[in-house]
Order: sequence, then structure tokens, then C-alpha cells
Amino acid sequence: MTVQPIVQGRGIVKRYGHVTAINHSDFDLFPGEVLAVIGDNGAGKSSIVKAICGAVQADEGEIRIEGKPVHFTSPLQAREMGIEIVYQQLALSPALSIADNMFAGRELRKPGIMGSVFRQLDKRAMEKFARDKLTELGLMTVQSINQAVETLSGGQRQGVAVARAAAFARKFIIMDEPTAALGVKESRRVLELIQDVRAKGIPIILISHNMPHVFEVADRVHIHRLGKRHAVVDPAKISMSDAVAIMTGAMEPPPVEEQQLVPKAAA
Amino acid sequence: MSESASKGQDYESSLSEATQSVAEFEKREGFVYNLQHRLHTNPALVPLIVLVLSIIVFGLLLGSKFFSPFALTLILQQVQIVGIVAAAQSLVILTAGIDLSVGAIMVMSSVVMGQFTFRYGIPPGLAVICGLAVGTGIGAINGLLVTRMKLPPFIVTLGMWQIVLAANFLYSANETIRSQEISEHAPILQFFGNVIQIGSARLTFGAIFMLILFAVLTYALTQTAWGRHVYAVGDDKEAAELSGMEANKVLVSVYALSGLICAFAGWALIGRIGSVSPTSGQLANIESITAVVIGGISLFGGRGSVLGSLFGALIVGVFTLGLRLLGADAQWTYLLIGVLIIAAVSVDQWIRKVSG
Repeated sequence: MTVQPIVQGRGIVKRYGHVTAINHSDFDLFPGEVLAVIGDNGAGKSSIVKAICGAVQADEGEIRIEGKPVHFTSPLQAREMGIEIVYQQLALSPALSIADNMFAGRELRKPGIMGSVFRQLDKRAMEKFARDKLTELGLMTVQSINQAVETLSGGQRQGVAVARAAAFARKFIIMDEPTAALGVKESRRVLELIQDVRAKGIPIILISHNMPHVFEVADRVHIHRLGKRHAVVDPAKISMSDAVAIMTGAMEPPPVEEQQLVPKAAA
Repeated sequence: MSESASKGQDYESSLSEATQSVAEFEKREGFVYNLQHRLHTNPALVPLIVLVLSIIVFGLLLGSKFFSPFALTLILQQVQIVGIVAAAQSLVILTAGIDLSVGAIMVMSSVVMGQFTFRYGIPPGLAVICGLAVGTGIGAINGLLVTRMKLPPFIVTLGMWQIVLAANFLYSANETIRSQEISEHAPILQFFGNVIQIGSARLTFGAIFMLILFAVLTYALTQTAWGRHVYAVGDDKEAAELSGMEANKVLVSVYALSGLICAFAGWALIGRIGSVSPTSGQLANIESITAVVIGGISLFGGRGSVLGSLFGALIVGVFTLGLRLLGADAQWTYLLIGVLIIAAVSVDQWIRKVSG
């Protein structure tokens, strides 16, 4: 039985002048999984993820989403297809409320003439939706959904960003270093959120430098090295130090048949 | 999860005993905090309080000479031009920009309206539309230079100020079109000078237009997606873009709208002074920025309410008229306005600390 990947990249190339950021790399994300992408600084792991979501355009190669070739020219197009991104810097507007931030760029307007002619926002509907989504993820006992994001703690802001992605993602979510700026306790909360989102059936691409976090939540680990997919391993079968050794080139990757190019369930 | 969590993560083992308060909102109490919070959510409150207090103080000092429908509506008449321009300035400042070309756009638009009518014999109604289009166009060019060329708004509009002002003098050949000619041949140019008289209160169409303009902008900024985007772009442009807003489109729309509003100010200016004069309105830049700052809109963008600018303009008007009626030297007005500007920015800094 073969399962169709959600994302399938083949031979992706991206050059910046003389620098080749992505060198004929492959990429696969399968339904329902958390795929971690690890790699040294400069290995090109953000480049390949950016190529997938349309933030940069690949020079060569093919990207298919659910089997259909796509050519995104901006992340907005990826978003229209139901692909959500949680940026490292979160992309929240500090002065706007939680609800406003969740609906940034896709606001709901009131039904009828107030919405169509006078473009009035349906604040009540947006607040209710935002509150429901936060509650669904067990995120917070919200005192006021109209609270400005700047009054939240770092962990709460991360929570809002993850909740926004989870609420609108129909295909998958990309998370770029979601725990990098967080304390121990808040990182734990975000890892739980990742598992909650996976439990809802939404696959996640997780870019992280934090090996314990990667090994805890990932189903498969995509090791990126020198602009290429170097190996894909099963975190249950490999130690963290071996993964780091493969990532840095200190160790040869395991032979392809021992790798986890497709998830166990799909193999 | 618990099984894999044990892998090399003993440092987290005490977490289960930690307080589970990540999810709760901190609640701070106390009068000062509440005040700070209230001001943070209603940024126009400070200028409104200052406005009401100053009306009361001048009313007590001057009695019915100041506290009369005539004097109070006179203030509205006197601030109408600055008020309209301040509305345009507010929009730009909310996006963390500044528009130094507002005064020049205003004068240029009024000159276009006048010269198109009297030099080319274009029907005055059409000439007005041309003037509004010129203002919008100059604003849009500002916006495109800011977004496409990635130039700082200060530089773009500083340059545009000089260009438009010089073009205005060159094009008009420094000629004034006299009030009498306008009222004879093209009264529509003086439309905003019309007056509604209720008792001793005199409301000009220009003053009414200013009030309607602020109402419309307040609605647009608080009730529409465009308004939310203006704030978000001013707050953190990169975050706004990443979260899916089209920041550059928002910026161009703001500068173009600012140009359009300034063109309306130019039209209202003809109503106010009667004539079309290329040398008028030279102080509009600095006066509009003053009104915006006193109105509590942050020069760093993203904070404040456009209504604050209306209050800011009115505060300046109240001080100007009140001190003149008291027989004080006009310099006292400028001195007090200076104090207000610094005080307003200090309050802004203090309010911002709520996020700390």
C-alpha cells in the first residue's frame, strides 16, 4: 500500500548568485506525521521550507502538493491552499488583539449591506471563533480575547501563533523554531500543542535545533546537509548523538533501506 | 509521549509540580495601572480631557465672551483647514510614516482648481475633480516611492514638499485669483465657505466636512479590515506581511488617501480665504503634525486614534482664541503649544510601558 505524500519535492534547486542554497534536494511530508527538519546553520533547511511555501521560488525541480504540481510565487498563495506557517518571529501585531491577530488578512465581514457596502467587520464572530480555537487547544483561560498581544507572555504569544495556524490549516503547518525563544515550561506547552495539532490530523513540518524536542515529537527526522536531503531517520531507532553526527558529516548516513523515507504506517 | 519524554529530558521532570499558570492572564490592580490601561485602550482620552479642561478654564476666565455659540463655532472655523490636513497626517503617522508634503499638496490642489477654471475655462465642477485627482496622484507617488524604492517617508515627502511647492509657484506664476472673480464665475470653488447660521452659531460647510471626515475615518480605522491593517503595518510591517496582509498596498492606499484629503483641504481653503493663493497654507505641515502629536498619536506608528487629532487641532484652536481674547501676546500660545507637545509625547511613552 502506498500513501500519497502531502508534499513531494524532487530535485529542488535554489541558487543565490554563486551560492547554491538547495542542491537537487528531495522532500516528503506524509499525512498525519510530524516531520522534523534538522541541519547545521547554512545547510539550507529554511531555504527548502521557504521554497515549499512560496517565500522563495525554486530554480529547478518539482514540488507537488497532494500530487498536484504547484508553483507558488508568494506565501499568500500557499495560505490560500490551506498551508499555514508559524514564523520564528511569530508575525503577530503587538497592538492588535488576539482575535484581530488570528484573522489578520482574512477578516470576516458582517453579513448583508453592512459587510458588503460598508465593509464592517464581524467582530463578534471573530472573537467567538478565536476563543473557541484557543479553548479547543486547551491554550488559555482567556480573560479577554480583545487583549492586545503585547500584554501576553512569550509562551502565550507562541500559543496564539500556533492556534492561528492550527485554526486555518487544511493541508499542513510549517513551524520554524517554535521553541527557540521559550523557557522550559513554555516549550513544553508548545510541544503539547504540536501533538494536539497532529492529533487533529494535520501534519507538521518542524524546523528545530533542539534535539530533545525533535526526538520527542517527530515521527521522522529529515537531516539536511550541504543543501541536500542527507538522510531521513526514525528517531526511535537512532540516538541523538548519531543524528547530530550525520548532520555534521562526522558519520555516514545509514544505508537507504534502513532509512525512514516513508513513514512506517505507509510502508 | 511520556515514554519518549524520558529520553534525555530529566531536566523537565520537576515541571509537573510547577504551577500551571502559563495559561492565565496576569491581573494587575491599582488606580495608576487601571488608568494606564484605560489610556492604552482609549488613546484619545487624554486630548479629550485636555480639551474639555481648557474650554472650562477659558470659559471661567472669559465668561460668555468665550463660552458662547459664536466663539465656539468660530474655533471650529479657524481649525477646519488644520483639522482636515491633520486627518490626512494622522493616517500616515499611524503607519509609522510622516507626510511633510501635506501643505504643498493642499495648495497645489487649490491652485489647480482655480487655474483650470480661469486659465483653461474648464467647468468649475470638473476643475475641482481635477484638483482632487492631482492631490490623490501626488499622494500615490509618495506611497509608491516609500514602498517600491524603499525610501524613508521623511525623505520622500521632504523632497515632494519642495517639488510640489516649486511646481505650484511655477505653474501659478505666483498669481492670486481674487475672491470676487471666484464668487462671480465659479462659486462652487467656495462651496466649503458656505455657512449654516443657527442663532449666533456659525457653522461653515468646511467645519462640517471636517467633522464628517473624522467620523468616516474613525469608522474605517476601527470597523474595517483596512483599518486593522493600517494599525498592523504601522506597528510592525514585517509581522503584518508575514501574517498575510498586503502591507505595501495598504501603505500606497494611505498615502493616496492622504493626498486626496489634502486636496479636499485645498478646496476648503478656497472657501476659507475666498481667493486662490499659491502662498497660503505654508504652516499646514507643522500645524498638522502638532495636532496629531497633541492628539496622542504615536510618531512611532500603530498607536492612537484619529479622533485624538481632531481634539489636538481643537485644543490649539481653543488656546489661540482664548489667549487672544485674554489680550495675551500671541507668543504665549506658541509657548503653551510647545509645552503640550512635549507633555503629549511623555504621556505616550508612559502609556507604551503597559506592554512592558
